[in-house]
Amino acid sequence: MAKQISIFLENKSGRLSHVTRVLGDAEVNIRALSIADTSDFGILRLIVNDPEKAYRILKEKGFTVSQTEVIAVLVPDTPGSLATVLERMAEENLNIEYLYAFLGTKEDDALIIFKVEDIEKAKKAFDKQGIRFLDEKKLYEL
Amino acid sequence: MIWNKEQECMPREELDKLQLSRLKDTVSRVYDSVPAYKSKMDEAGVNPRDINNLADLKYLPFLTKQDFRDNYPFGLLAVPMRDVVRIQSSSGTTGKPTVAGYTQHDIENWAELMARALTGAGATADSIIQITWGYGLFTGGLGGHYGAEKIGAAVLPASGGNTRRQVMLMHDYGTTLLGCTPSYALVMYEEFLKSGLDRSEFKFKSGLFGAEPWSENMRKEIESKWEIDAYDVYGMTELIGPGVASECACKQGLHLAEDHFLAEIIDPDSGAVLPYGERGELVITSLTKQALPLVRYRTRDLTQINRQPCACGRTHARIQKILGRSDDMLIIRGVNVFPSMVESILLQIPGIEPQYQLVVDRVNNLDRLEVQVEVSEQVFSDEVRRLEELEARISRELDSGLGIAVRVRLVEPRTIERSEGKAKRIIDNRKL
Repeated sequence: MAKQISIFLENKSGRLSHVTRVLGDAEVNIRALSIADTSDFGILRLIVNDPEKAYRILKEKGFTVSQTEVIAVLVPDTPGSLATVLERMAEENLNIEYLYAFLGTKEDDALIIFKVEDIEKAKKAFDKQGIRFLDEKKLYEL
Repeated sequence: MIWNKEQECMPREELDKLQLSRLKDTVSRVYDSVPAYKSKMDEAGVNPRDINNLADLKYLPFLTKQDFRDNYPFGLLAVPMRDVVRIQSSSGTTGKPTVAGYTQHDIENWAELMARALTGAGATADSIIQITWGYGLFTGGLGGHYGAEKIGAAVLPASGGNTRRQVMLMHDYGTTLLGCTPSYALVMYEEFLKSGLDRSEFKFKSGLFGAEPWSENMRKEIESKWEIDAYDVYGMTELIGPGVASECACKQGLHLAEDHFLAEIIDPDSGAVLPYGERGELVITSLTKQALPLVRYRTRDLTQINRQPCACGRTHARIQKILGRSDDMLIIRGVNVFPSMVESILLQIPGIEPQYQLVVDRVNNLDRLEVQVEVSEQVFSDEVRRLEELEARISRELDSGLGIAVRVRLVEPRTIERSEGKAKRIIDNRKL
């Protein structure tokens, strides 16, 4: 389990640089990110080293921001490993809302951030299928 | 051409006398039969006997759109429902539509007014008149229709929409005069170009355009593209519909039917009557209406009155093309839109805060309304799908509440400009 910071951004130049600068000035380190966008707006999703602080700072600066529960799944950094994880999740009927990859880690495994429909069900299924995931504290320390 | 020389070219003194006798009659009638008028006049300390000349009009209280709301739907009618033969109403953009009732006599007068307007725009009994204003509760379609029939012209009651078919009708049936909104005349022109039809096969000569504000530049554009004469017609549901004022061949202002309406120009802030020639808000008193008489109705339209004689021979004073509004009402594709209406619709959607802005553009000659809504934390989601659903929902609610298609755009908090703590609600990019 981990906390993701989600931020609403209009599709206008300078918005992304603004939000990243705000976080940089607050000494918040971005560890993973993805952007989902439409023609009008985008949603920036971030895993940072200090989600509470990031949330507070962004709110102060007037952004629309929320915290979302996600899971950081460890996937062996070898061909076919992600496919295997996804196949097992499908077997367990886990609905994935979206996923994105973590930036570089010191571990041997790759890290994939999953947003699933039902996080408790996912955790049980992961245990059953032997899918490993990182706990919150470890993730922020990476 | 003049439809009714006797009335339209009546000498000033005679016209003044006629107006005064009709004014006295109207004021007594509303005082006796409409409680809302009686209480307003009693409160102002005036009664019908105080009206001894036209200038005494200024002692009477104003009637406003709020009075229509307070007396919705039929409280301002001066006749029993058995005498009403027609009900029309405006698009309900302030919660409730504005309702107008007509007696048979009112309908005949309205047809007379539109016959004058159409004749001014070149119509005769030989004309084929295509009415492309919407038919229904909106006054454009039926108003134009009755006027055209009164002239003895052939009417094509095409109503709105289906531009391709409209152009085909114009071509195949030999339309000589078109009645529609000015912007739609340009939309039809684009369709005509696409059709590949030969302009020389059309008999189209002139158009009577109204139901939305339009500029001299737009007139030039319509006239040069279509190679026609374009005339302006003014009116609104409360007054009677289109035909209250209309242009003659001189195109130097719209002759106000002074035998049926009395016009004043006031300072919209103080309410003081301004001298002829000054710009201000048009205030209308009806002189012949039976079902819905109006005494000093504030139209909120800004214009000026010109009493100089016109080369066409009509003696009725002219109002200048409408210059704007003294309130924040927008007219979009002929529909009246108040920001307050948008606000009340938005507030019915859970989680939406009243932080919004209306942006109006004219794209390919059609008005487009975009409503920008700030995304609060309450409605924000990390999933695109959810936000798109929210956008679609807002758009659906606004479409059905306002009666026009609205484009909704979600924006970041505090992106909507706030001036002196008060949000700037309207950005009108139309060059009117």
